Formats: sequence, C-alpha cells, structure tokens
Amino acid sequence: MSDMTERVVLGTAAGHSPEAVPGGVEQGAPPRRAPVTSTGLIGWLRANLFSSWLNTALTLALAYLIVRGLIGSVSWAFVNAVWSVPVTEAGAQTQACRALNGTGACWAVITEKHRFILFGTYPYEEHWRPALCILLFIGLYVVSAMRRFWRKELVLVWAVTLVAIGVLMWGGILGLSYVPQERWGGLVITLILATFGLAFAFPLAVLVALGRRSELPAIKVLCVLYVELIRGVPLISLLFMASVMFPLFLPDGVNVDKLLRAQVAIILFAGAYLAEVVRGGLQALSKGQYEAADALGLSYWQKTGFIILPQALRLVIPPLVNTFIGFFKDTSLVLIIGIFDLLTAGKTAIVEPAWQGFGIEVYIFCGLIYFLFCFAMSKYSQNLEAELNRHRRR
Amino acid sequence: MSDTIEAGHGVASAARKDAPPAIILDKVNKWYGTMHVLRDVSLEIAQGERVVVCGPSGSGKSTTIRCINRLETHQEGRIVVDGIELSDDLRSLDAIRREVGMVFQSFNLFPHLTILENCTLAPIWVRKMPKAEAEALAMDYLRRVKIPEQAGKYPGQLSGGQQQRVAIARALCMKPKIMLFDEPTSALDPEMIKEVLDTMVGLAETGMTMICVTHEMGFARQVADRVVFMDRGEVVEQGPPDSLFENPRTERLKTFLSQILRGH
Ligand SMILES: Nc1ncnc2c1ncn2[C@@H]1O[C@H](COP(=O)(O)OP(=O)(O)OP(=O)(O)O)[C@@H](O)[C@H]1O
Ligand SMILES: [Mg+2]
Repeated sequence: MSDMTERVVLGTAAGHSPEAVPGGVEQGAPPRRAPVTSTGLIGWLRANLFSSWLNTALTLALAYLIVRGLIGSVSWAFVNAVWSVPVTEAGAQTQACRALNGTGACWAVITEKHRFILFGTYPYEEHWRPALCILLFIGLYVVSAMRRFWRKELVLVWAVTLVAIGVLMWGGILGLSYVPQERWGGLVITLILATFGLAFAFPLAVLVALGRRSELPAIKVLCVLYVELIRGVPLISLLFMASVMFPLFLPDGVNVDKLLRAQVAIILFAGAYLAEVVRGGLQALSKGQYEAADALGLSYWQKTGFIILPQALRLVIPPLVNTFIGFFKDTSLVLIIGIFDLLTAGKTAIVEPAWQGFGIEVYIFCGLIYFLFCFAMSKYSQNLEAELNRHRRR
Repeated sequence: MSDTIEAGHGVASAARKDAPPAIILDKVNKWYGTMHVLRDVSLEIAQGERVVVCGPSGSGKSTTIRCINRLETHQEGRIVVDGIELSDDLRSLDAIRREVGMVFQSFNLFPHLTILENCTLAPIWVRKMPKAEAEALAMDYLRRVKIPEQAGKYPGQLSGGQQQRVAIARALCMKPKIMLFDEPTSALDPEMIKEVLDTMVGLAETGMTMICVTHEMGFARQVADRVVFMDRGEVVEQGPPDSLFENPRTERLKTFLSQILRGH
C-alpha cells in the first residue's frame, strides 16, 4: 500500500520537527483514513513544505526569516513609531523622531505634511476644493465601473463631473476665489493627468488601431507613423518637448497652460501604446467574424461597434489594464517639468530642514496611495474579465 | 454520407425560367496574385432554382459563391445579382448583401451575443426593423429550424449542428431572396449532418433560390435542379443531378465521382 510507505517516510521527517506537523506522530500504525477536515491543510503542508529533509530545513529557515521580518516591520511601523511632534513658533520639534535613530517610523511627518502632500501649494483655507475633486474623481470611477451604468448618459456624467472639477479647481466664479494652475498640486494633479489622459487616450487608441488595419493607404500610413514615432521616444523627452519646445512655436503672448501641455503629451504617449494593445485584440479575431458581419450587410461602423470591438476589447482586458496601471504611475514623470503631482509634493515636503531624513515615511505614504488606485484597477479588471467572458463558459 | 437523405423523394422544382434570372455570372475571372483561380466562369441561375456546386478541393467553388455577395472581388467579367450589377459602388454592395444570405462552413456565429441577438442584430440595424418585430421574426425562424428553446443561450453552449441551424436562421431573418451555402455540413459530426440537411430541404420546399457547395450527393439528388461540377477554376460540366451522376461525360467528373464514392 503506497499510502503506508508515504506515512512511514513522513513519520521520520515529522520526528525531527514534531511541532511542525501536529498529530503526525500519533497517526502511525492503524491504517485508518484521516478525517476529511485534516487531510486538507495538514496533507497540503506535508506534501508541499515538509516532504523531505531539505524541504523541512528550507521551510523552517524561511519561516524564521519571515517572522523576523514581520516582527521588525511591526515594531518599526507601529510599536516604536512616533505619531506626532510638538509644533512651536520655530517650527516642528522633531527631536523625538531623531532620537529613534531609525528604530521606529516618524509618522509625524505625515501627520504634519499630509495636506501638503495631497494638495500641494493650493491655498490652505481652500483645501476643501481639491479634496472634493478627489472625491468626485473616485465617485466617477465607481459609477463608471458598474455595468448597469454603461449607457449613453455616462458620457454626460463624465462631462458634467469634469466641468465641475475644473470649476472647483480654478474658481473665479460662483463666489470661489481664483486659484491659478501654478498653485495646484498633489494627488489631484495625479488624478487629473491620469483620468483625462486615459479617457482621451483610449478612444484615440481604438481609432488608431482601426486605422492601422484600414484599406485606405493614407490613413494606414498616418496611424503607423504616429505609433512608431511616439513609441520610439521616451515619455520624458516628449514632456520636455511639450514644456520647452512647444511654446517656441507659439506667437508671443499666446500661452498654453503647462499642465495642458503635459496632459497632451501623456495622451499622445498613452494612445500609441494602447493602440498596439487594441490592435492585438483585433488581430486575434477570426476572419470569419468579419465575413459573417459583411455577409449580413452590416456597415463598417456597425460591424466594428457590434461585432469586432466588443470581442477584441474583451480579449485584451489584461494587457489593457496593465498599460493603464503603468500610465497611472508614469504621470509622476511630470515632476521633471515642474508640475506638482503627488510624488513631487511628497519630495518637496521633506525639503524643510526639520523633516529632512524622513523620506521613507513619505514615500511609503505616497506608495500606498498609488497602490490603492492600482490595486483597485487590477481587482476590478479581474472581475470584469470573468463577467464579460461568461459566454465562453459552457 | 451520400445516403443521409434518401434519393427519390425529390422536392418539386420552383425554378421560374420565365422571370429574369436571379444571378448571372458572365465570363468571370479572378486571380489571387498570379494564381488564376476562376477561369471564364459563366452561370445563369433562375429565381427559385436550386443549384449544387461540387468539385475537388481548391477548384474555386468557395471563391465563386463568395464573389456573388462580394466577399471576394472578381477582376474580369460581369456579375449581376437580382438585377443589380456588382461594382465598386457601395450602394449596390449594400443592396446585394441585404438580398443574399450566406451560411459558412465554420458557422461564424457571434460568440459574445445570444442566439436571439445573433438573429436580430442585422434586421434591427440593417433593415431598421423595430426590436420587438425583429425578435418575433427571429423566434419564428428559430422555431422553423427547431431550436426556439435555445434563444437565450450563447453559441458556445450549442452543438455544432445546432449552431449551423442558428446560422441558417440568422441569415433567413434578413429575408434574403437568395441563400448561399458554403459546405454547411463539412465541419459537422455525422450524426448532426442530417439535422442541418433536413433544415435545408425544408428551406428548399419554400421555393428559395439556393446555391449550395456540398458533396452530399443524396441532398443534391433530392433538392437540386442542377448540379455544377467545377475543376481548376472552370465549370466543367452541369446538368440535372441524376443524369450528371449516372452519365458523367468528362473524365474529370468520372474521376471525381469515383473518389467521392470511395471516400464514403
Ligand atoms: N485568400 C486567398 N489567397 C490566396 N489564394 C487563395 C485564397 N483563397 C483561396 N485561394 C486559392 O484559390 C483556389 C480556390 O480556392 P477555393 O477556396 O475557392 O476552393 P474550393 O473549391 O472552395 O476548395 P475546398 O473544397 O477546399 O473548399 C485554391 O487554390 C486556393 O488555394
Ligand atoms: Mg471551399
């Protein structure tokens, strides 16, 4: 009985690490089936973690390292951490933090600076305006994520929300004081760049992907050129061109907003990448789908809208979201042309002498914010994929 | 498979020789690159006539019928469908595709749409039919192909034979005057061939103009007014099924028939 021999081997192994396999020792002689509940976990542990001498040693060594690491980070982040420091006329008194000597986190920097990190140099009393904008953005994402709102009206909701965000940020009407764009900053800039960026880049990408497969040579060449040119340069150089070179071509006195220029560069860049992802989906469809639609007399746009794109886009949800997530984070590159996004605000917050040396805490805070948005995107795309591809299941 | 449908219970011919022809192919030539795949193909098909096209693999059967609804373009010669000459003019193309339905070897149903949506899409958007009317029509045709209970399912949930019957219903929902079939049963398991052929016989009984590429000789004998034998891009021989199969005049058809009979 092979079952028996396995038990014997496991028995010896368990003998050296009795605490690791509870019950492994007494389950020796009687060839009785283990209760169903215990086969699950214990069986899995035995098969995967303690199947041999070497495995057992590795498991224990790794477990030790993981536990050490966990204990270390918990005591750094929570037990030894300083959550706030006294602030006097002379500024924040960070002696308590410095005394930790790196054994604990100085969350006081977040307590003190979180409004600066989130809202940048936006006037302090008006912080509720960017805060409301962030909520509006999140609300917009949530509504757009729900399939029962996928109707034509959604476009209207987007338009209204984006206008509302513009009004809130700029002000100058409705009794709101005017805030020039140079003073905007923090998370709201990141969300503006990412949301407008992807909202315009995606439709652009679909058109370019379709154009690349067009039978009209002029359109095809134009689309190929666009994709190849934009993909061939780094985003940073595109941002530089947008911020430094572009104004040179404009007549004196005409001034296009710096944020807008960066936004256009991001849209063009993301568009080229997304176009290639969408084209991959178009190519994965069989010729028969196109022919069946043609044979039924559907026009080009009917065929594309009802048959081709719904299938092609479903196929490319994973790489599409991959690109989305990449671009959400790439918006942080605007710091090189002096736009105050979340990460730049974080960097600036620790320039102040009192807070110098507490970069880790600030970067963890910024990283967490990026992570929350990206993780939500990723989770959502998994659900969407499962739901939309239900028809593939039998 | 030639005995899937017994010969002898022929469907009465509905061909109307007096009316203007449904389809005219006049010295049609086509090349793929330098390969000459259709050579002076001329055919005239009357309204209500049922034509079976057969021939060895690569002989240009598919290409011929795909030229009729312009899934392929021909380079020389003339094709007139339902009185409309095929040209690069987009309006004539639209008009023709409305009148000509097509059923493919690999079904080509739209996998992301339900069976009902597959059937109503074109009537709603091309024929501008109200949704309720299109759905009633689709259910009517799904009943005729004997699968109304599958209307809410997706194509992937159906058997091959069922999918092909849906494809036939989908084409019929456009109320075409002419139906083209390109080897509709050759991707099917033997036990499903009969259900599809029965559906096509039922369609033949309604007097539909049909062109069918198939090697199902039983089906040809039962419903075809005429069998066209093609080889190497040419129409080699044509005539009523019985005389063509019993007394082939050319060596090429003799060879082909002997291969088919041996194959089954
Ligand atoms: N898209 C294409 N490009 C190049 N050559 C093609 C193309 N489609 C078909 N051909 C060639 O044209 C010839 C005729 O093909 P066609 O599909 O019409 O044959 P068929 O009689 O339908 O054959 P089968 O019984 O295998 O379906 C073949 O030699 C084929 O290789
Ligand atoms: Mg063929």
